[in-house]
Amino acid sequence: MDRLQHAKERGEKPDLDGLMQDIPYARFLQIGAELKGHELTMVLPFRDEIVGNPRLPAIHGGVIGAFLEVTATVQLVWEVADIKLPKPIDMNIAFLRSGRPQPTYARATITKQGRRIVQVSADAWQEERNKPIATWQGHFLTKSEIATV
Amino acid sequence: MSDDKDTRPPLIKSLGPDALNRYVDKVPHAAALGLEVTLIAHREAELRMPYREDLIGYPETRVVAGGVITTLLDNVAGLSVACAIEELVPFATLDLRIDYMRPAVPDEAICGYAHCFKVTENIAFVRGLAHHGDRTDPIATATATFMLNTKTQHSGGAGAKAG
Repeated sequence: MDRLQHAKERGEKPDLDGLMQDIPYARFLQIGAELKGHELTMVLPFRDEIVGNPRLPAIHGGVIGAFLEVTATVQLVWEVADIKLPKPIDMNIAFLRSGRPQPTYARATITKQGRRIVQVSADAWQEERNKPIATWQGHFLTKSEIATV
Repeated sequence: MSDDKDTRPPLIKSLGPDALNRYVDKVPHAAALGLEVTLIAHREAELRMPYREDLIGYPETRVVAGGVITTLLDNVAGLSVACAIEELVPFATLDLRIDYMRPAVPDEAICGYAHCFKVTENIAFVRGLAHHGDRTDPIATATATFMLNTKTQHSGGAGAKAG
């Protein structure tokens, strides 16, 4: 993406809000990104459209998985200077609690950064950070050689 | 069809003849993605998701986000569980693994197929895959486990997903 290329050329971090706007699916889920210090926190607002079980109601598990994957992807392009969005290879998600009708937050951590493959873990929570509703782990393929900003 | 010879999946029996369309209406996010039920059989289900620009995850190539495939496969896996259990009880996804084989092709609908191959007292086991019409050439494969008889109210544990 142009935005990522420009940021890399200038040796700067990409504009977060702009990056989120560049990804149509992140806009579809209305995912927001907040930066506190050097830590990224992603926010998934609750809407009726993301409900999987209307009886509880509970957020669709797939949406929580998708939200965590977007979180991992954005964390990766934020932390690692690359001009392309990383490609997912695999992911594993464990659902711990149902997603209630309220905002969901997520943070991702790069657990291993190799030349071609990166492993990222992420978790999602609602009211309490220490009561995650899901934990996520995945691998990404990064096309160009990775260099830390 | 008399009850004792009715071999249709419990989901269909409980929802009546309009089950295929009504299932998607019952899951708000499935409706938001425009999912259509294309197969309901004993222990098997398939959903079709039309291509949409707002689901793009990679603007340069117009490929849909990996998360869209996650949602499709989670949904169809749950549907296959509903087609496998004797009595329609609430259940929830416990664990889901997805391997991405190749990018989805832009402008093409994605099909999600799932087979619930084993049901125990507490757990249902599912394998699934996403494809463009040929199940031997998958876009992604999935393995999922579901917890059966989950609570129907929010609690500390995993919540009920379908039912």
